[in-house]
Amino acid sequence: MSEPWEDDELEGPVRKFMYVNRKAPYGTIYALESLEVVLIAAAFEQDVTLAFLDDGVYQIVKGQDTEEIGVKNFSPIYRALEGYDVEKLFVEKESLESRGLTADDLVVPVEVISREQMADLMEEQEVILSF
Amino acid sequence: MAMLHTVNKSPFERRSLDSCLRHAVKGSAILLIEDGIYAAIDGTVVAEKIKSAVGDHKVYVLGPDLKARGMGDHKLVDGIETVDYAGFVDLVTEYDKVQSWL
Amino acid sequence: MKLSILVNEGPYQHQAADTAIQFTKAALEKGHEIMRVFFYHDGVNNGTRFGVPPQDDRNITEQWTALAKEHDLDLVVCIAAAQRRGILDENEAKRQGKDGDNIAEGFRISGLGQLIEAGIQSDRLVVFGD
Repeated sequence: MSEPWEDDELEGPVRKFMYVNRKAPYGTIYALESLEVVLIAAAFEQDVTLAFLDDGVYQIVKGQDTEEIGVKNFSPIYRALEGYDVEKLFVEKESLESRGLTADDLVVPVEVISREQMADLMEEQEVILSF
Repeated sequence: MAMLHTVNKSPFERRSLDSCLRHAVKGSAILLIEDGIYAAIDGTVVAEKIKSAVGDHKVYVLGPDLKARGMGDHKLVDGIETVDYAGFVDLVTEYDKVQSWL
Repeated sequence: MKLSILVNEGPYQHQAADTAIQFTKAALEKGHEIMRVFFYHDGVNNGTRFGVPPQDDRNITEQWTALAKEHDLDLVVCIAAAQRRGILDENEAKRQGKDGDNIAEGFRISGLGQLIEAGIQSDRLVVFGD
């Protein structure tokens, strides 16, 4: 028997969605609005993967303090993703290293993978959203 | 199955093409559109990047964007195929997903 | 094939909307179904009817409206992105206490779920942006 809250769920198979984050936060709105999509998408119970590469790794760097630029600091939200069952966060090793960063510099636990693994992971997806 | 990658940034100004080329697995295709078309022109300092890609990938360039930018009669890197918007649609349907390197 | 389109940039500032229109037209001519065109980020600005480009320039919003009329396209403007940027339909204007609305004919305002639904139900999702 289906639960009442399942009534308006979408029909169709679970698909593999990847959100590709390649842009730094604050300079443009892409990082924030991309995160807003991820939060909404969580309700659809798809197979969600977040990829951080290139300047996208700066989105999840620790110690962001936006008080003086007058913009909301949204980096704490990445730590809340686990509560939305968004648990697959992958960061590209080469992108971190070329920016002088390590996994210890990030606000959230992630899996650090090589560029080659990232390329393979992208190929495994069905829907790729880049912002 | 393989992916279609699109790149819409000039390779002289931005790094999107480099990032795309480093993540495109063998057998995936690359379509250059908008300002990305400058990467398809032979005889530039970035032409070598595409030359080394054409072995592992089918590389396409959007003709209307070439023509609009005065590049319609310029020599393309060998192995690059020009498509129109209908050809763009065909590529989207032939490959089983699309990644836009914005 | 069933295709959906995501437009992330506003009209005129960036070619993304123009490319999306040309792609959509070509796909329809080839007999494909366009399930939905979703407008996000500054892409929501495609949906204002208040734009008045010079007469010798194309009117991108009118191009979308014409395509929607002819092919019964579903043009969806993201509500969250639209609220930030002042794109309103009659209901939203009333709800937010604004003195007017500006959504163009053929567009509707709805939630991000419409984008995810398009991703689930379409064979391909193509992203146009900066």
